[in-house]
Amino acid sequence: MNIKTPILEIQNLQAAINESEILKKLDLTINKGEIHAIMGTNGSGKSTLSKVLAGHPAYDVTGGEILYEGKSILTLEPEERSHLGIFLAFQYPIEIPGVSNEDFLYLAYSSKLKTEGKEEISPIEFLSVISEKLKIVEMSPTFLSRNVNEGFSGGEKKRNEILQMLLLDSKLSILDETDSGLDIDALRIISKGIGSFMNEDKAIILITHYQRLLDYVKPDFIHVMQDGKIIKTGTAELAKELEQKGYEWLKSDI
Amino acid sequence: MTNQSNKTLNTNIKKLVNQPYKYGFSTEVEKEEFEKGLNENVIRLISKKKNEPEFLLNFRLKAYKKWKTMKCPEWAQLKFSESNYQDIVYYSVPKTKKKLNSLDEVDPEILKTFEKLGISLTEQKRLTNVAVDAVFDSVSVGTTFKEELAEYGVIFSSISEAVQEYPDLIEKYLGTVVPIGDNYFTALNSAVFTDGSFCYIPKGVKCPLDLSTYFRINDQNSGQFERTLIIAEENSKVSYLEGCTAPQYDENQLHAAVVELIALENADIKYSTVQNWYSGNEEGNGGIYNFVTKRGLCAGKNSKISWTQVETGSSITWKYPSCILVGENSQGEFYSVALTNNYQQTDTGSKMIHVGPNSRSRIVSKGISAGNSKNTYRGAVTVNRKAVGARNYSQCDSLLIGNLSNANTFPFISVQNSTSKIEHEASTSKIGEEQIFYFLQRGISLEKAVSLIISGFCNEVFTELPMEFSVEADRLLSLKLEGSIG
Repeated sequence: MNIKTPILEIQNLQAAINESEILKKLDLTINKGEIHAIMGTNGSGKSTLSKVLAGHPAYDVTGGEILYEGKSILTLEPEERSHLGIFLAFQYPIEIPGVSNEDFLYLAYSSKLKTEGKEEISPIEFLSVISEKLKIVEMSPTFLSRNVNEGFSGGEKKRNEILQMLLLDSKLSILDETDSGLDIDALRIISKGIGSFMNEDKAIILITHYQRLLDYVKPDFIHVMQDGKIIKTGTAELAKELEQKGYEWLKSDI
Repeated sequence: MTNQSNKTLNTNIKKLVNQPYKYGFSTEVEKEEFEKGLNENVIRLISKKKNEPEFLLNFRLKAYKKWKTMKCPEWAQLKFSESNYQDIVYYSVPKTKKKLNSLDEVDPEILKTFEKLGISLTEQKRLTNVAVDAVFDSVSVGTTFKEELAEYGVIFSSISEAVQEYPDLIEKYLGTVVPIGDNYFTALNSAVFTDGSFCYIPKGVKCPLDLSTYFRINDQNSGQFERTLIIAEENSKVSYLEGCTAPQYDENQLHAAVVELIALENADIKYSTVQNWYSGNEEGNGGIYNFVTKRGLCAGKNSKISWTQVETGSSITWKYPSCILVGENSQGEFYSVALTNNYQQTDTGSKMIHVGPNSRSRIVSKGISAGNSKNTYRGAVTVNRKAVGARNYSQCDSLLIGNLSNANTFPFISVQNSTSKIEHEASTSKIGEEQIFYFLQRGISLEKAVSLIISGFCNEVFTELPMEFSVEADRLLSLKLEGSIG
């Protein structure tokens, strides 16, 4: 069987922040089981796209449609989107002083169980759930007692994002420059996490500037974003071409 | 942050903060009260009504005389129109036909009121590990576990009763820690106080129960002027809690209390407050004016006084629980969470006055301001010449919610010897939209997110509260902030 089921259909999407339009009629369809990479210069709208998908209140959708598993999510609150299985790994994970990682993760996991109608688990039971995931991203259990992202190194923050993705077992994961600022070991760990996580019911969007992540995580498609829309789509080969030639040559292509 | 998102954030904050005040109901009771207004005659009448000994009447009259020469203090970061003292009822008590022999004879309406507030006074339902003195407007309506405590020699009663039964103790200690003329409001309180609690812990006794007073303002026009006196003799120990609520009226009501604590050698007093007076509506109308003077005297060697407060109510709070550390090695502590919302204004903090050698003090203050509120920490650490080797650590943290709230910190430090060690730390942070979005993206609701951030912020203080109170405080804060962040 090779019938593809779309998980995400973005149609003619227009979005603005402070009345300045960032996304300009963007179209993108992602099927279950696919990994898509979105590349493009700074300011092309990649991060905006990720925030709009997650429902960030600062952005207004001014036109178009976002269908998730066939249904519009435009009117849904960020937490409702999360409960449906949409996950955003932040480019700059924020520090939350005074809140332990353990409490935060437990609360996120409990909310998920609750919306799925499953029985909640005790913090003790949770510990065994999270321990398994910690091993995958090679994080020490001492991470749990530290405050969320507070004093974490860049690599630790990014690994914490992947940890959360694994924990919440999201269906559509958007990784916004998760590879930026990582050394080669951290990159390997994160890629391993993504690899163990991915299956045919899930989909991943990788927003990245670099070819190197794509050496570890093989995308099915690569899209180039420019000025709020996708100007070119290709296979993994395209990333190599971009790495060599930059983005300039695409402009003359349009 | 962008304007657009600020708007969203503020709307959401408003929703979360503006929870209805659930203690805003009032009770219909038949009451006996004086005409509005204050003059010498009113004071004589109060004293007569309460059948007070001569010394107390003189105490009141002296205070009144002093008060008339004083002015309402203006140095605090507070803006309000001063109460009209002639428009206040100074004596309002529920009518009773005869002297009450037991709590079961208290007006059922009043018992019901306290029950509604979660404080049951009747034998069957009362809390098993806390003795409660319930004060309704100007008078104490009952105290639980009196007999049980008496077996240990612990006296816990309303101050009016104590005046009758232990006049010597009252005469010896009343006004010794907070002098009549200490400030405008202590003078007023000393002139017109009607009730409050009295605790006496004899030598060597560790009080077997937590003692608590629950203050309820019910009447629209009466002021509440309570007076609390706690004496801990040598080697004794007590934990005391107080809670406060009031109905929702459009006009401001005045609450001016005085609390005096005395800890003798090796004595240990822990005083905890959860203050949830009505704080006024969204536009800042109504609410309690809370002008309180609380001070403890660590008179003996190795004595210790610890203040913990969670201040969430009142439209105006003016309060600086303090410790005078006279005894050698004595210890003072102040742990505070002050939450303000809408147009609430709070000016609070602590004074630690080091007199004895090697005295130690610790101040941990957490201010949370939301809405258009103003939250000020004001503290003073004074180390005298004789207080060699004194130590103080102060920490003042402010958390801002939204863009219209205001936080100030005014620490005063004065050290007169070279062997003391004083530390002060302060921080200001803000619950930002990006933090909240992070929680939401992980499927955690706004309310839970805020309550987790707030509990994290207040944790150091909450752990100082007695168990029942700490759960209550946590719940109270999230309730107050429900609907407030986005």
